[in-house]
Amino acid sequence: MTRYVMVADLRRCVGCQTCTAACKETNATPPGVQWRRVLDVEAGEYPDVRRIFIPTGCQHCDEPPCLEVCPSTATAKRADGIVTINYDLCIGCAYCAIACPYEARFKVDKAEYAYGATPMDNERARRDAEKIGVATKCTFCVERIDAGIKAGKVPGIDPEATPACVNSCISGALRFGDIETPNHPVAKLVAENKWFRMHEDQGTGPGFYYLWDNGQ
Amino acid sequence: MSKSSPFGGTAPHQQSNWDWRAAGNFIGGGSGSGLLVFGFAACLGGGLSAGLVALAGGALIGLGLGCVWLEIGKPWRAVNVFFHPQTSWMTREGIVALALYTVGGGAALLNSPGLLGVMALIACGFVYCQGRILLAARGIPAWREKRVLPLILATAATEGSGLALALTAPTGMAAPGMAQAFLVVLAIRYLVWRSYLARLAAGKAPMGAVAAARRLSPPLGLAGHLLPALLVLSGLSWAAALAGMLAAASGWGLKYVLVTRMALTQGFALPVTPSRGRGTTGPGVRPGWGEAS
Repeated sequence: MTRYVMVADLRRCVGCQTCTAACKETNATPPGVQWRRVLDVEAGEYPDVRRIFIPTGCQHCDEPPCLEVCPSTATAKRADGIVTINYDLCIGCAYCAIACPYEARFKVDKAEYAYGATPMDNERARRDAEKIGVATKCTFCVERIDAGIKAGKVPGIDPEATPACVNSCISGALRFGDIETPNHPVAKLVAENKWFRMHEDQGTGPGFYYLWDNGQ
Repeated sequence: MSKSSPFGGTAPHQQSNWDWRAAGNFIGGGSGSGLLVFGFAACLGGGLSAGLVALAGGALIGLGLGCVWLEIGKPWRAVNVFFHPQTSWMTREGIVALALYTVGGGAALLNSPGLLGVMALIACGFVYCQGRILLAARGIPAWREKRVLPLILATAATEGSGLALALTAPTGMAAPGMAQAFLVVLAIRYLVWRSYLARLAAGKAPMGAVAAARRLSPPLGLAGHLLPALLVLSGLSWAAALAGMLAAASGWGLKYVLVTRMALTQGFALPVTPSRGRGTTGPGVRPGWGEAS
């Protein structure tokens, strides 16, 4: 049974936002919409102050609250754990955005561009009317994964079958793959390190593992 | 990441996906449903006609649903709302609304108290669905708190009894026991509100949501509960009507604040801070939540 997950090594992430930029480039998301973003947290009190960068986005949960509340069945979960949105079914009620404890869903009601009302050439070329007025979110670059697998590639190993954010990560903090494959790097990382999942008390079973220290 | 959001966008902040239009649905749905229930009682007492109550209650619920229709991104696909009755309380709300209008149409056309009674029963289901809609919103701590459901039910009853009182009291047609029933539901709503607030303050919601609820509490207590109670106890018919309107309006205010001020997101949290470089791990961090959490 395949279960795709993301692993974010908080010891490695330097907050460069390259993943954010790669995601925006790949998915042509409008201003204000970041399917992959990196939170910047200051913790502690002087003189013991820490700065932590937390990559986040859709957690592709085992029990997605967004799927439960969606009235139109636009939100679905694949057998491999990837949570998808059918833009043709979505009515844009944004109930899923309210239900998501990870603030991973976005809805824009009109086309917006980086520099006001006039789109740049790339924005004009890549604007996608079907994403206006509906919920959108990170898809784990599902089309890329499917195409890669069809071409005989392995998600998380071969870049052709791996999400753009992971491919772009400069420090190897973001990893992706099937956690159910014992020798896959993400399975090893999870097995060999201490980790947590965000808001696990909400019973969502997030597919996003944050590594924070060596050893189990 | 919002630049205006503290802690690098990690702290809870007011959600912006649902606004006054969503609040309008809870306002219209609650008041309309409550009016159907207490209007049915007034109808049995001879104070109101079944057709009028069915029309007024149905119109309020319809106004609320109209607000939602204005809010959704793809209004011409609204029929898709019926596709997921297995788990979605929004779908269930829609299905119950269909049943309500089917029966309500008969109640209005035939001026039938029997059909109004069935409509009132369905309206109870409608407002229950609305409470469950909030409860299922796991991204909003102030809504997923279990006592939001009794709060929604209690305020719907209070608003409905208030409106029924306001409609009947000036003409002296109030059904026997209506003023007493009003006082009872008013007291229940106040107690449920205090209980809900106590739960939020005990760490079930971010500090910002608790602060918004605390700001609402004094005017809600005074203008929404104490004053209406005193007005009804005065025994004057105009005062009873005013009390009813105050109780209804305060319920609308409560729901408006619940949606547009108290609906702070969960935010982000770390149970531990990671070891970085030669550093060690550290305590967790949960911006925007109180010590009690």
